[in-house]
Amino acid sequence: MESITRDQDSPTSQNEPENKWRRYFSFSTDHKVIGVQYMVMSFLFFLVGGLLAMLIRAELITPASNVVDRPLYNGLFTLHGTIMIFLWIIPFNAGISNYLVPLMLGARDMAFPLLNAISFWMIPPGGILLLSSFLLPNGTAQSGWWSYPPISLQIPPGQPINGEFIWIVSLVIIGISSIIGAVNFVTTIFWMRAPGMTFFRMPVFVWSVLSAQLLQLVNLPSLTGALILLLFDLSLGTQFFKPLENGDPIIYQHLFWFYSHPAVYIMALPAFGIFAEVLPAFSRNPLFGYRSLAVASLGIVVVSIFVWVHHMFTSATPSWMRMLFMVTSMLVAVPTGVKAFGWTATIWKSKLHLETPMLFAMGGAAMFLLGGVTGVMLAAVPFDIHVHNTYFIVGHFHYIVFNTITMAIFAAIYFWFPKITGRMYAEGWGKLHFWLTFIGANLTFFPMLPLGLQGMVRRISSYDPRYQGWNVVASLGGFLLGVSILPFIANIVGSLLYGTRAVNNPWHATGLEWTTTSPPPQDNFEQIPVVKRPPYDYGDPKYSVIEPPDYHQQEN
Amino acid sequence: MVRFWEYLLIAGLIAVLLVVSHWIGQQAYAWMPLEATAEAQKVDDLFSFLVSIGAFIILGLVAMMVYSILFFRAPKYDYSEGHPSRGDLKLEILWTAIPTLLVLWIAFQGFNIYQQLDVLGLRQIVHLHTPLESQPAYAIATGEKPKPAAETIEVFVKQWDWSFRYPNNVTSNELHLPVNLRTRLNMHAKDVLHSFYVPEFRLQQYIVPGRDIDLVVTPTRTGKYKLKDALFSGTYFALMDANVQVESLEQYNQWLTTAEQEPTTIKNQAVAEYTQPPKTLFKSGWYTVAPNQTAIAQNAVP
Ligand code: HEM
Ligand SMILES: [Cu+2]
Repeated sequence: MESITRDQDSPTSQNEPENKWRRYFSFSTDHKVIGVQYMVMSFLFFLVGGLLAMLIRAELITPASNVVDRPLYNGLFTLHGTIMIFLWIIPFNAGISNYLVPLMLGARDMAFPLLNAISFWMIPPGGILLLSSFLLPNGTAQSGWWSYPPISLQIPPGQPINGEFIWIVSLVIIGISSIIGAVNFVTTIFWMRAPGMTFFRMPVFVWSVLSAQLLQLVNLPSLTGALILLLFDLSLGTQFFKPLENGDPIIYQHLFWFYSHPAVYIMALPAFGIFAEVLPAFSRNPLFGYRSLAVASLGIVVVSIFVWVHHMFTSATPSWMRMLFMVTSMLVAVPTGVKAFGWTATIWKSKLHLETPMLFAMGGAAMFLLGGVTGVMLAAVPFDIHVHNTYFIVGHFHYIVFNTITMAIFAAIYFWFPKITGRMYAEGWGKLHFWLTFIGANLTFFPMLPLGLQGMVRRISSYDPRYQGWNVVASLGGFLLGVSILPFIANIVGSLLYGTRAVNNPWHATGLEWTTTSPPPQDNFEQIPVVKRPPYDYGDPKYSVIEPPDYHQQEN
Repeated sequence: MVRFWEYLLIAGLIAVLLVVSHWIGQQAYAWMPLEATAEAQKVDDLFSFLVSIGAFIILGLVAMMVYSILFFRAPKYDYSEGHPSRGDLKLEILWTAIPTLLVLWIAFQGFNIYQQLDVLGLRQIVHLHTPLESQPAYAIATGEKPKPAAETIEVFVKQWDWSFRYPNNVTSNELHLPVNLRTRLNMHAKDVLHSFYVPEFRLQQYIVPGRDIDLVVTPTRTGKYKLKDALFSGTYFALMDANVQVESLEQYNQWLTTAEQEPTTIKNQAVAEYTQPPKTLFKSGWYTVAPNQTAIAQNAVP
């Protein structure tokens, strides 16, 4: 049995997607299958979330409310935010981490393969449940992805099954899935490393997954608890958060942000990890300051647990608390800055290859600077008091969640596409995708910063005509972003079917995942590797030999 | 010797960068709305400072990246090493220490300016009234001494309308404020959370039902502004504007007396839209909380 599997998976006889596609629809316990399942599913949700965003931008192209009525608009921004965070970035990260972590550690699978499959299979029902609320007579949840009470307790009318109820239930399901996943990742990274794979030989990607998953473990239960209490308030008549009945809505905000601030790092850390893999490979330099970048991931974990109140500076928060959390919030910028400096130093005096993954990584890293700098500004209380709840916030976090994290995700898809599928993608289409995305993203999200400074409030569906200019730019940029996804889909589908076969290591990269076949066999490695070298060994002749041109892409 | 020139060049570039980012920081004042309170000037100073530092970091690193793209390209099939330097302890310590000092400096500036705002009356007094008032521990924990103010205006906010009660018991939907005087706004929300926000004042404050929230403002510039609800508060929340009129003390007092004689009512936008919904392309017809019924009765009849 074992040898038959091996045979099918050997580089010559496999790569027949015709025989294999079925397993992606099955309850597989192979971390690679689960990883792909996560990634494809989350991408589908990304498309849905993107369509909602384009409707939002269509509404905002004119000052009047004329495309969607206001309740629908509220539903659109609520579900857009919820989907993008909980059904796109977080599950995509779970997927790529699932695929890569065992390979990078030299393991045959995750620590608990069955649990892994279970945590994946909780998400599609949760996501579909969430979307199904569009079909309810009174529609989806309408109180934003924060779902602050008491407004979230007020929107649903009498009937027991309403948009808010569905929203809470699906978030609890997705949350439990993430907690299970986190246990699995942390265990795998601690116990499944190949001989010689010491902590300081782990790729930074693994460090950042470890950090992100530790945050999930520590902080996610707080959100789950808050949501369950909210559900009780909503459906059972309890009064935890009802201000007029002795409850305290501010407590909800604390519980919510205690998770949802770290959540931004749960989303961002894997993106930082992707930069740390892609930038050295395409600049042929070792990752500059490897150890400090690895440790900075843990530094981010520690500090970011203590900054959540910066989302609540105006929530009747006393002065001492404002000042305390101003300082802690600013300190996060230190480990984050260490990362940004490390990336830049890696590129400096290097030999750059500007293939698509590198374009996305460099573009994402550059735009992260604007996201991070606006973050530090926001941590300064007097400034935050002015722009809180305005488009400046929306601009800040989209520079991070789209222009940094989503760009990093695309870098990852292109970078590991040959490994995952055994095929090369088409470079020209990839570059087209990059440029459309890069231009579209800046056109969409930059205008939000001046709009916010001028005082345009977020979550409104009609606005003062003096804000129209920048809004038109943002909307056109948004539609361009929508279009930019088409060459990507064409490229992926076309390359899956007709792409040239990929060799084991098309980028001449270091890292254990590149030592096995593309795609890797059932158990990842013919033999469990023994690690003897530091990571990012780009000075090593083994990786830096000058190959004949045809080595790079092996023809069919 | 080469080293020397290299350092000199770097020092020169940093100097240029400093000048440019300082200049950008000066531009930042123009990106903000008018300054209509004493607070606003402080906030804008802080913002300008933050923009200068931010511009320095962004321009410096982006310039390095662009320079690399232009000059550090590898020939197509050259996969040989760039330069195998794994790190430089001194440099790493430097770039951990400098940002640490920098953010501490920024935090210090933020703290300073906050203190000045606080003296100006930013500090809101938060305490719960009914029914938790019997628990003094809570009040002490968050209670801060009220700031002296010349006037006190009660602010009432509900879905979706602002109203203001003045010292002579006049109630209006317009906020009138005397210029250059400290006015205490005593704010109450009747249903959900709202947020008091006048961009020209650079102040924003949530109003929590069940708590008294005070804010002291000192407008410094006469004129007309818009008060907005910044925190999403339900279906018609985009329409929750109120006029803010900052005027001389005489004009203010004069307005108070006229308003006492003939109260002004302002058309409630939420009610207007509830009775005459806009024609939108897509209609969900989903459930929403309706604006206050009595207000509808007053407004709907022509
Ligand atoms: C590194 C990745 C980062 C991500 C993914 C991120 C993401 C976000 C998101 C999603 C929000 C908005 C939440 C909402 O209101 O819906 C936000 C707000 C905020 N971020 Fe960031 N951010 C990042 C970095 C930073 C940094 C480095 C700082 C400060 C040093 C920072 C400070 C803030 C502050 C103060 C707010 C609250 C603003 C407000 O609502 O008034 N962020 N961020
Ligand atoms: Cu945060």
